[in-house]
Amino acid sequence: MKFSGQVYKFGNDIDTDAIIPARYLNTFEPAELAKHCMEDADPDFPVKVKPGDIIVAEKNFGCGSSREHAPIAIKAAGVSCVIAKSFARIFYRNAVNIGLPILESPEAVDAISEGDTLEVEPKTGRITNLRTGENYQAAPFPEFMQEIMDRGGLIEYVRAKVST
Amino acid sequence: MGMTISQKILAAHAGREYVEAGELINCKLDLVLGNDVTAPVAISEFDKLGLKEVFDKERVALVPDHFTPNKDIKSAEQAKIVREFARDYGIKNYFEIGRMGIEHCLLPEQGLVGPGDLVIGADSHTCTYGALGAFATGVGSTDMAAGMATGEAWFKVPESLKFVYYGQTPPFVGGKDFILHAIGDIGVDGARYMSMEFTGEAISNLSIDNRFSMANMAIEAGGKNGIIAPDDITLAYVKGRAQRPYTVYQSDNDAVYANVFEYDVAKMEPLVAFPHLPENTRPVSEAVHVMLDQVVIGSCTNGRIEDLETAAQILKGHKVHPELRVIIFPGTQNIYLEALRKGYIETFVEAGAVISTPTCGPCLGGHMGILAKGEKALATTNRNFVGRMGHPESEVYLCNPAVAAASAIKGRITAPWEIK
Ligand code: SF4
Repeated sequence: MKFSGQVYKFGNDIDTDAIIPARYLNTFEPAELAKHCMEDADPDFPVKVKPGDIIVAEKNFGCGSSREHAPIAIKAAGVSCVIAKSFARIFYRNAVNIGLPILESPEAVDAISEGDTLEVEPKTGRITNLRTGENYQAAPFPEFMQEIMDRGGLIEYVRAKVST
Repeated sequence: MGMTISQKILAAHAGREYVEAGELINCKLDLVLGNDVTAPVAISEFDKLGLKEVFDKERVALVPDHFTPNKDIKSAEQAKIVREFARDYGIKNYFEIGRMGIEHCLLPEQGLVGPGDLVIGADSHTCTYGALGAFATGVGSTDMAAGMATGEAWFKVPESLKFVYYGQTPPFVGGKDFILHAIGDIGVDGARYMSMEFTGEAISNLSIDNRFSMANMAIEAGGKNGIIAPDDITLAYVKGRAQRPYTVYQSDNDAVYANVFEYDVAKMEPLVAFPHLPENTRPVSEAVHVMLDQVVIGSCTNGRIEDLETAAQILKGHKVHPELRVIIFPGTQNIYLEALRKGYIETFVEAGAVISTPTCGPCLGGHMGILAKGEKALATTNRNFVGRMGHPESEVYLCNPAVAAASAIKGRITAPWEIK
């Protein structure tokens, strides 16, 4: 599967309170969460983001709380994938578990600018910048995690396990 | 090759003799935790599996602490989902208002976690239990759901960083300062994917409450877990509480560490983390110009009895500065009661502070002390991200309870030795 979308770029250490502030955690309705996605980092983001758009960030994206509301909000906002120099551990795990594609590539992040259009193939980790024609290669997921992603998330993976 | 304490606990729960850093393994869990924010998401995922039971009714803990007592209708609905799930599935360790506390203060107090345990919690500060020599780590709601269903979780065996604290601890310096020092040194992603192991003479002398404060903030350096090998202080704490048998592990002498950091605590002074990252630490003496609107004492980092005792000793006989609000929230009902019996609550009220029921409340900008635009708070909590305690243009500074109490009197960030 390939995605293409426009880039919104963010800085270092974007924390889960910036992705979805705790004041909105009194619900876990994805559409509700999407309305406030990235609000404390960029108040206009929930309004301007379009289906398929891509978040590109510097290091340690998703640090802070374990709230799965963070990747859920991003996914529900229509973001097709997140590319960062590195991800905080729990965010990484949660993204895999709910099937939000994420890719780690410092080279890509350095080369990509706000507003670029990218084409991304999560399975192979291949990223193409349609503005410059450049390609970047992110490390593909370990096999085990790819299996979770292929099944559409951890719950489907567990369902297959408990029913055998 | 030797193993670290973290490797040993993971190996034991994977049914293996030896595990290596970087390996992906499947482990049996001793406890699975969730709260009123994360459990509803987990429950809706769990429901998709169509199971009639959780893996073990005694090994799931549900603590509605974030927005309770329910702050609004939506949070009431969330708390209700958790309550009904607990009832329907016969979850033994569900803690209702009046018997509850902030999860990471409550579970160790109730003896639900012991040395050598492997615990996952759908809350990032689950790493707190590392203070007891357990391997405890935060996960998301889907992991919690899978954990409740199978009693298992997958892990990547982490590399370990060793932090050696040596020397004599100066007055007013404690576990909070030790951990802030490490975070200031290695940064908020300095321990990403890694285990943080705390050791050395200063740790051996550290009380259990101070150890909880330290392990609690491992996540603020990006750590997977923070851990302190059990000793007499640990065993004295778990004795008479532990609800299950436990196992004491120690790191081998030839265990491998990705890096070792050594800190002389004798040179430390209480630290303050400036907005908007816990790594922005400065000695309190360099922070005394910051004027404050609110002081918050409590949370899973510093809401235990020793923290309240420290604050009470400083506040006794003093008044809160007239232009400042002080909110104190004990970690659990038992801590509250003990503080009451020891007279700390009286001291706080006489000083002009407000006391809250145990709740996460202001710590995450939930309720009970939200900041307005431009306001500054000093808090004994663990995070000072943008908007953490309210308006995106408010500011949070982090510190230990002694600094918080001293600052409450002066209305600005204050070194504890300024209060006579
Ligand atoms: S007290 Fe604060 S950090 Fe601790 S569990 Fe509650 S919200 Fe999280």
